[in-house]
Amino acid sequence: MEKQSDLLLDIEHLHTAYRLHGKFYDAADDINLTLKRNEILAVVGESGCGKSTIASSIIGLYDHKNTKVTGDILYNELNLVNLNESLFNKIRGNNIGMIFQDPLASLNPLMKVGDQVAETLYYHTDMDEKARHARVIELFNQVGMPRPEEMYEMYPHELSGGLRQRVVIAIAIACKPEVIIADEPTTALDVTIQAQILDLLKEIQKESHSGIVLITHDLGVVAETADQVAVMYAGQIVEKADVKTIFQNPLHPYTRSLLHSMPQTDDESQDLHVIHGTVPSLVNMPRTGDRFAARIPWIPASAHEENPKVHEVEPGHFVRCTCWQSFHFQDEEKKG
Amino acid sequence: MADEIIEIKNLKVHYPIRSGFWNRVTGYVKAVDGINLSIKEGETYGLIGESGSGKSTTGKAIVGVEKVTSGQILYKGVDVTKASNRKKLNYNKDVQMIFQDSMSSLNPRKRIEDIIAEPIRNFENLTADEERKRVQELLDIVGMPSDAIYKFPHEFSGGQRQRIGVARAVATHPKLIVADEPTSALDLSVQAQVLNFMKHIQQEYNIAYLFISHDLGVVKHMSEDIAIMHRGRFVEIGKRDQIYKNPMHIYTKRLLSAIPVVDVENREQHKEDRQRVEKEFLQDQDKWYEKDGRVLPLQKVGDRHFVALPKDMIQQELKEGE
Ligand SMILES: Nc1ncnc2c1ncn2[C@@H]1O[C@H](COP(=O)(O)OP(=O)(O)O)[C@@H](O)[C@H]1O
Ligand SMILES: Nc1ncnc2c1ncn2[C@@H]1O[C@H](COP(=O)(O)OP(=O)(O)O)[C@@H](O)[C@H]1O
Ligand SMILES: [Mg+2]
Ligand SMILES: [Mg+2]
Repeated sequence: MEKQSDLLLDIEHLHTAYRLHGKFYDAADDINLTLKRNEILAVVGESGCGKSTIASSIIGLYDHKNTKVTGDILYNELNLVNLNESLFNKIRGNNIGMIFQDPLASLNPLMKVGDQVAETLYYHTDMDEKARHARVIELFNQVGMPRPEEMYEMYPHELSGGLRQRVVIAIAIACKPEVIIADEPTTALDVTIQAQILDLLKEIQKESHSGIVLITHDLGVVAETADQVAVMYAGQIVEKADVKTIFQNPLHPYTRSLLHSMPQTDDESQDLHVIHGTVPSLVNMPRTGDRFAARIPWIPASAHEENPKVHEVEPGHFVRCTCWQSFHFQDEEKKG
Repeated sequence: MADEIIEIKNLKVHYPIRSGFWNRVTGYVKAVDGINLSIKEGETYGLIGESGSGKSTTGKAIVGVEKVTSGQILYKGVDVTKASNRKKLNYNKDVQMIFQDSMSSLNPRKRIEDIIAEPIRNFENLTADEERKRVQELLDIVGMPSDAIYKFPHEFSGGQRQRIGVARAVATHPKLIVADEPTSALDLSVQAQVLNFMKHIQQEYNIAYLFISHDLGVVKHMSEDIAIMHRGRFVEIGKRDQIYKNPMHIYTKRLLSAIPVVDVENREQHKEDRQRVEKEFLQDQDKWYEKDGRVLPLQKVGDRHFVALPKDMIQQELKEGE
């Protein structure tokens, strides 16, 4: 049994709905997830599946007028859902750090990057100016910025994309948060820089024993960094398991289809696998039955549960619906 | 063996840097700094490199939208860096381009019919009926429904818009298409669809591609011949297997080792290999590059395999490879 304190986030029955044309539509629909200490939890799926919706629900950054969040996001007995803003401001940036895809959007273009890191320390610690400056230099060293003293004085536009993302990471980890939410942190970067940033995140996590929610659409990134994996489709988690299981024994048709469409085969003359149809928009999302059924129309309706539930098919391996048992690719012979 | 459709000789594109009160030219960004390549009829040439390496500038120079500083682009043996020659040869009809961001490359105020018909109107005299028939055929080729012609770009998803971009590019029956990161903004399964269409069209119409991407997996899937670009020059060129199975330049090795691999069992090993290569790349810069950081001239190391290394180092590398 793990210790109680190893559980950092416990998300239960999370629903996040956006108002569109006067009605609310769930973009995250009954999400159940846990994040443990020393763990990287990857949330993976194609765009529009609801990954960022989960991220913004956790950190409480959304338009409260047009977004409805229900369910529980427990962080140390504290429910982050509809937590009052002044309390949230103390937690955000302090206990929970954030990293987004576009570092330029999360940095202030008119402020020296060093001062931006120092500002976080100003809000969340009682360090004096000198201590803050020293800590920023320490952080810049930690995130691998060359010549930290010089870097302190730079403005965001003077830095490369990779260095900017390092600044964002320095801000995110400045207060040694237990939880880091990273939403596509390397999507805008070159592969070599991506590799370095992912290494850095892993290092930080090991050193500070934090937990990281890593949101990505890239299965390669998942395979290289994650411990636990949740696969999302159309607002729901369709499969959840440890990283080895997800790649060695993927079961849900969506997980298998995604893996199948990667250009990684050694036979270049073959067509790449295409998933039939498209990810439905929020308004057009089927709300009953199996949401993925329309993407695998050659599988008979009788193979799907009427009301797909999540089943633990082996210890720690969760799959939505029972249709995986009769799933085969269209060009594959039907199994026995 | 297929014939060469285009040959690029010592191509340079230098952008002036202007500064000071008089706006004087104080230096140059050598975006493309002396590259040679040739593309064969109906085949795909892959161009890989990190951002800023000069890939897009190369593509734009080839289609004629970027002014060439020096060097030649030979089409049917004629230098098309001169606009007058482009006209004579119908070059602008024969060579088309597909962009990464179809949203900004398709005119948002035009219907799909007009967007796709535009290049046809520039080069051919079709009646309205013929034109519509042609547009319908093109949409059909890229798997789009026929009522798409009445719609506007914003009514389509990214993958659909990219397919419209492909339809538009093939409208004039081009011989060569420069595809600049055509699927970089797309999800996996949508990317698969666009790449499949591009391959099918290539086979059907014998189109050659210059396929530009930073994604090494995608380039591997699409191209038989590959060039690795860095700092405006090629560090290595070769056949697919030469590049992926026997890379010789440290920069190629570095790029290849940085691709995330779906191999959970060996990910620690993979990480160690990657960090070792990265260290070697950073430590021995002057071993791999000129003193000023410029990429060395290419040397032949095998049939169609060239690498930018000093000669003595090549001997050594070849020995080690044995
Ligand atoms: N603020 C919003 N208002 C309305 N719809 C939204 C909003 N944010 C996201 N959506 C919609 O919710 C769905 C999930 O979006 P998102 O969580 O951003 O997915 P992902 O991060 O997986 O790409 C999409 O259909 C998207 O268009
Ligand atoms: N119009 C321009 N003026 C000045 N510099 C440019 C221009 N276009 C590109 N560059 C510079 O040329 C180099 C190569 O750019 P580009 O060809 O776009 O690279 P890539 O497509 O490989 O990312 C970069 O340093 C870029 O900043
Ligand atoms: Mg997102
Ligand atoms: Mg480019």
